[in-house]
Amino acid sequence: MAASIGIAACLECCPDNAALLALNGVPGLLADAKFDREEMTLTVPREKIVAACEAVKVAGYNFLEDVTCVDWYPSEPRFQITYHILSHGLKQRVRLIAMVAEADAMGSAIDSIINVWPSANFYEREIFDLFGVRFNHHPNLIRIMMPDEWEGHPLRKDYPVEGYR
Amino acid sequence: MAPLTVDPVLLDPNQTNSSLSDVINESARHNEVNANTSKDQTMVLNMGPQHPSTHGVLRLLLEIDGETVIKCAPDIGYLHTGIEKTCEAKFYQQVVPLTDRIDYLCPMTNNLAYCLAVEKLIGMEIPERAEYLRVMLNELTRIQSHLVWLGTHALDLGALTMFLYCFREREELLRIFENVSGQRMMTSYFRVGGLALEPPIDFYAQVQAFLKMMPSKIDEYESLLSGNPIWIGRTKGVGHLTAEEAIALGVTGPPLRASGVDWDLRRDMPYSGYEKFQFKVPVSNDGDVWARYVVRLDEMRESIKIAQQALDGLPEGAIAADAPKIVLPEREKMKTQMESLIHHFKIVTEGFAVPAGQVYQAVESPRGEMGYYVVSDGTAKPYRVHMRNPSFATLQALETMCKGKLLADVVAVIGSIDIVLGEIDR
Repeated sequence: MAASIGIAACLECCPDNAALLALNGVPGLLADAKFDREEMTLTVPREKIVAACEAVKVAGYNFLEDVTCVDWYPSEPRFQITYHILSHGLKQRVRLIAMVAEADAMGSAIDSIINVWPSANFYEREIFDLFGVRFNHHPNLIRIMMPDEWEGHPLRKDYPVEGYR
Repeated sequence: MAPLTVDPVLLDPNQTNSSLSDVINESARHNEVNANTSKDQTMVLNMGPQHPSTHGVLRLLLEIDGETVIKCAPDIGYLHTGIEKTCEAKFYQQVVPLTDRIDYLCPMTNNLAYCLAVEKLIGMEIPERAEYLRVMLNELTRIQSHLVWLGTHALDLGALTMFLYCFREREELLRIFENVSGQRMMTSYFRVGGLALEPPIDFYAQVQAFLKMMPSKIDEYESLLSGNPIWIGRTKGVGHLTAEEAIALGVTGPPLRASGVDWDLRRDMPYSGYEKFQFKVPVSNDGDVWARYVVRLDEMRESIKIAQQALDGLPEGAIAADAPKIVLPEREKMKTQMESLIHHFKIVTEGFAVPAGQVYQAVESPRGEMGYYVVSDGTAKPYRVHMRNPSFATLQALETMCKGKLLADVVAVIGSIDIVLGEIDR
């Protein structure tokens, strides 16, 4: 099945998708949508990520599976923060993504969703450690994998895979 | 829209807001305040990274008041090998051996999750026979992993016999894996598109003999532990976790089901043909170490049933999809047909391009939800591979389970959540 790109096309192909309806119902929460390979991807403005997570949680997506990041270097905005959220009741998964520009990564990057799901704690620390993206209002934002004195963020695309820097 | 307010403390790069230093500082402050009264003193105890009951190189900073745990901060990363970074420099088929090394107790489950994710990206159907064999091997892997868990968990709590018994049966399974893949632990047997090789002829009889022998062995373990007053005393009512806490803290797998949440990806979001098999999902409402023990023992029994169904109903056919540009050709064809030789050369030297897109594929590993998030940019190497590991999330619940309990219970709780540090650190 071909992918549906855009909010209108997704509303047409999955009119019952609870996450899509929940985010589309509030103005300013949903920037883009894509339904590809049976997976729903919803793009959220980075300032609204906490509100979007609360909205999908109310819609029945009760379990945060994973938070991770993709580095689209050299294109801008560079970092794609990806949230996978599962609904035990609907037996369905939704992917929320928020884009963070490189200039913001170590500044006012993105709000932590730790108040919505406490399990985000380790995932956000991992992104901070390996990608160098800050999470505002995170209670304990320190490196988790690498040693504290490590320089650089290994999973960034401009960090070499092997050899010396 | 209101401007984004940022706490200046959070932006200060010199500010280290550490839970580890928190534990140490608070303890020091405590000791100063209570210098005269020895009653309320706490101390910080380093458990690990070289502690036998941390199942690898996990370091726990425990703040204890006498024998009671007040705070517990896990410190991880000692086994970090940058597997996610390495994946980005490999062809898609070269990532399979890396996935074995993430969770070395269930290599086949990792292989399966990765292969399913890439197959989903390509939009590939794989033959039913390969699906059945994958399911059978995954369930054998689950039994193998649970045997290691039971042996080491019981060893931590002082029952040395169990360790020897469990490893005796595990040896049979490792022989099966060696027979089918050539390796005892790092099997790398699954390929994108199916399996690496047709299993040897004696494989089926070997699996059948194991499945026939195993149920009585599980009864034997149960007779050694379930009525044992020491075992009951060390596990019942210890490390309690409610269903709400488990969901909030990202706990999956047997610990989640032991807390009363009836959720199993194999049944609720079936993959690799699991919808064709009949099995029960063991659930308990107790939420303690004992409940996790009961759930895992029952899971082993169910795994035997699934593997038996896969063995009995194994269809005829190919073990890999008919996709010459993705699946390596048979050795015989490669030596006799020019086209197969070209395909072989192309796949080995250039890999195969995968259409751009991103997928998340989750499977039920012995420890919980193992998810692979694979992003492709249309080339022959993955743009990003991320593993969602069950132990990594479950470790966050450790403090909730240990708080206010005795120091000795920490050992019981770590054993009961069955962590593998290889997959936590990656």
